[in-house]
Amino acid sequence: MDWLSPAEWEAVRLSLRVSFWATVAALPFGLFIAYALARWRFPGKQILNGLVHLPLILPPVVTGYLLLITLSPRAPVGAFLKSIGISFAFNWTGAALAAGIMGFPLMVRAMRLSIEAVDPKLEQAAATLGASRPWVFVTVTLPMVLPGVLAGAILGFAKAMGEFGATITFVSNIPGQTQTLPSAIYAFLQVPGGEASALRLVAVAVAVAMLALLLSEWISRRVAARVGGA
Amino acid sequence: MLEVAVRHRLGAFTLDAAFEAPPGLCVLFGRSGSGKTSVINAVAGLMRPDEGRVQVGERVLGDTSQGIWLPPHKRRLGYIFQEGRLFPHLSVRQNLMYGRWFAGSLLPLDPVVEMLGLGPLLTRRPGALSGGEKQRVAIGRALLADPGLILADEPLAALDEARKREILPYFERLRDEARCPILYVSHSAAEVARLATTVVVLQDGRVVRQGTAAEVLSDPAVTPAGIRAVGAVLEVRVAAHHEDGLTELDAGGIPLYLPRVPQVVGAPLRIRIAAQEVILARERPEGLSALNILPGKVATIRAGEGPGTLVSLDTAAGRVLARVTRRSAETLGLVPGVDCFAVVKTVAIAREDVGTA
Repeated sequence: MDWLSPAEWEAVRLSLRVSFWATVAALPFGLFIAYALARWRFPGKQILNGLVHLPLILPPVVTGYLLLITLSPRAPVGAFLKSIGISFAFNWTGAALAAGIMGFPLMVRAMRLSIEAVDPKLEQAAATLGASRPWVFVTVTLPMVLPGVLAGAILGFAKAMGEFGATITFVSNIPGQTQTLPSAIYAFLQVPGGEASALRLVAVAVAVAMLALLLSEWISRRVAARVGGA
Repeated sequence: MLEVAVRHRLGAFTLDAAFEAPPGLCVLFGRSGSGKTSVINAVAGLMRPDEGRVQVGERVLGDTSQGIWLPPHKRRLGYIFQEGRLFPHLSVRQNLMYGRWFAGSLLPLDPVVEMLGLGPLLTRRPGALSGGEKQRVAIGRALLADPGLILADEPLAALDEARKREILPYFERLRDEARCPILYVSHSAAEVARLATTVVVLQDGRVVRQGTAAEVLSDPAVTPAGIRAVGAVLEVRVAAHHEDGLTELDAGGIPLYLPRVPQVVGAPLRIRIAAQEVILARERPEGLSALNILPGKVATIRAGEGPGTLVSLDTAAGRVLARVTRRSAETLGLVPGVDCFAVVKTVAIAREDVGTA
């Protein structure tokens, strides 16, 4: 399509890829932590809860900087990861990591709420019918929290699409590597005559956000109708 | 044979109950707060008591002294809960298949569906079922898990009277046809009267009485459901169906008349006669509209709080309880040993108090 320049297309594609992988990778962790926070009692639960929410409260630049100093190849953790072939520094996986971490609290909150809404009595009933714990989770808990999981995933994806501060601090603003949609808009606004490009990207951002919202509404309505009977 | 022993402290409440139930349906009978639900949940493995032992036949489900306490999914249970607890995201058919699948059971679905009349419901979801329908599905789901022990925690308490009448016969069939023991929690004397093979009376966390329904319910000292719910159970036989819509019963040689019951002549029945529906007379009443007159001797008189007393009467039909005022008992000169007649109106025997024996 020719209404976006190749550079603009590159930013959109990169953003979608970064957000998709950020969401997919964060989903299992998010579900596990949401379940733990909703159902288990363990020492340090409040600390875990605080850690999960930290990216929501900290300035994104701080989160990005913390990632930079822990994961840069010169820091111990980053050096170790690099020795086993994982590098986040200044490439798109780093952008995905930053986006995933920033979206994580929103994801966990949505999932935790829906897990807390599941009546443990139904899980007990499943246990008396012969289902072990993992089976209870798969056959009863998970289907019932599916709307919450999807809502969490879509929220996380939307947050990842919009993530700017942590990404630019952690992995900079390299076209084709780490220049996501918001970074590209920012970059276009820094150069004379870039407003038109910026405006087109803004339109894309609005469209993607609206689509995600409509999709989540549609999915949750369908799932609610399925669970609610009739 | 079901053997249960549970000891557990919960704040100020101490549960210390032990009983053995022969095959059939054992009702744990007591008012709310007596510890019934804790006992059944310990049997199910949903709660781990401080000390406890549960054995079904040869299978030990738990013995804390040996460090054994199987989780619920390893106990081969069919648990019917008060609120049904059907899975809202599954269809009725999928609900029925749930326990069957985990039990690896090969029980065919059709006989259970037919017995409980679930055919038209199979494709529906629980959200679209009435209370009685839900409970029928819950019974089916428990049966199809091919359980070694069926548990039921007040399965009728959430239903209205009409729905109770609809579901009770299914539990009678369960009692008569199930090959495994049934432990049934209830605070309703009517349910005890109709269903129990054995009754275990629980009060403040302790077993205060155990016996058959007739023994326990006709004991004036046992009133866990309150004085209003007291009533004796008689084991009778259908003698004849009369043209005028009455059924004649044979109660140990004494004829009793009831509104028409559906059972055939010769069928054994249990009827419960509420103590407050019984009138006492020292002489055989003449010119009285009530059809049922049981001659007997006063066995005990138990004064309660307030103006009432509970008189128990030994008759050829079994023990009958009557709740009369203390003033009447004195005026009639009722003392243990005197001859007396119990008078019961035909229509005073409630339909839910008549069941198959």
